Amino acid sequence: MSVALVIVSHSVQLADGVVELAAQMARDVLLRAAGGTDDGRIGTSFDKVEAAVAELRAGGHDVAILTDLGSATMTVEAVLDFLDDDERAHVRFADGPLVEGAVAAAVTAQVGGDLDAVVQAARARELFA
Amino acid sequence: MSDTLSTAWALAWIRGAQAVLSEHRMELIDLDRAIGDGDHGENMDRGFRAVVAKLEAGADDVQGVLKIVASTLMSTVGGAAGPLYGTAFLRAAKAADGDLDSDGVAAIIAGALEGIVARGKATTGEKTMVDAWTPALEAARAAAAAGATPTATLRAAAEAAAAGAEATIPLRATKGRASYLGERSIGHKDPGATSTAYLLAAAADAAEAA
Repeated sequence: MSVALVIVSHSVQLADGVVELAAQMARDVLLRAAGGTDDGRIGTSFDKVEAAVAELRAGGHDVAILTDLGSATMTVEAVLDFLDDDERAHVRFADGPLVEGAVAAAVTAQVGGDLDAVVQAARARELFA
Repeated sequence: MSDTLSTAWALAWIRGAQAVLSEHRMELIDLDRAIGDGDHGENMDRGFRAVVAKLEAGADDVQGVLKIVASTLMSTVGGAAGPLYGTAFLRAAKAADGDLDSDGVAAIIAGALEGIVARGKATTGEKTMVDAWTPALEAARAAAAAGATPTATLRAAAEAAAAGAEATIPLRATKGRASYLGERSIGHKDPGATSTAYLLAAAADAAEAA
């Protein structure tokens, strides 16, 4: 089962930009941006994150989610709380710096890493220290 | 004034909260501009307008009202307040069993605080909404234990929340976006603690008007 990523940022453009950057080194990995509020303002959207996760899960992927700031992380954790118990093993928050973490996680997914490996890779500072 | 707080109270509370948050929108924006990203007034106003629209269809019981508030705030409030208040109302809903007596009032406030702590991982003294919810719970428990009516229990909680919000002014923020400001966060009232005080005041107002 391959791992896909959801990039959650307060900014639509930042989420899209991180997806663009990470995709360059991970052509076969599915990356979804969930940036901004439902109406495109600065903020995060429970519904956007939930929809991205649902789409990737429906495609049979495990999902790692990265965030830009604390309140985005709270939104993600709220989404995780609403998942069924058997889904929770397949969807994880990956705690790390957004840009480096997303690139490291995407590359790890590209080379066939499982969800644990991808989540671990997202802590990119440790990796490159 | 009846002995328990019903669905009608819960609906009146939330409508009242929307009005008071709308009225204080600029104040919350200014407080949040000082130590945050400035979106709190806008987000709360937007969120509660959406909640009131959702509640036009009514709800079966107090728990039902609180659940609708939770899910709507979660989806419509873009800032940190969405997941925080969303989780607060969700846990409050879980704690609500039928109409509320004084212990029931304390139970929903306990649920709300527990939800906020679980989601935000904050504790008291960090200049967050926890600094309003914690004294509110203590006051509600004390009032309920002393035999106060549900309405008086809510009023005690609201007053404690307001005092708790005021007491955030000298604090240095160590959680959330304001913590990036370090010492410069001192001297400003926390916007989340302030909106908490308005919310609980609206709950007490609705009970007194019933």
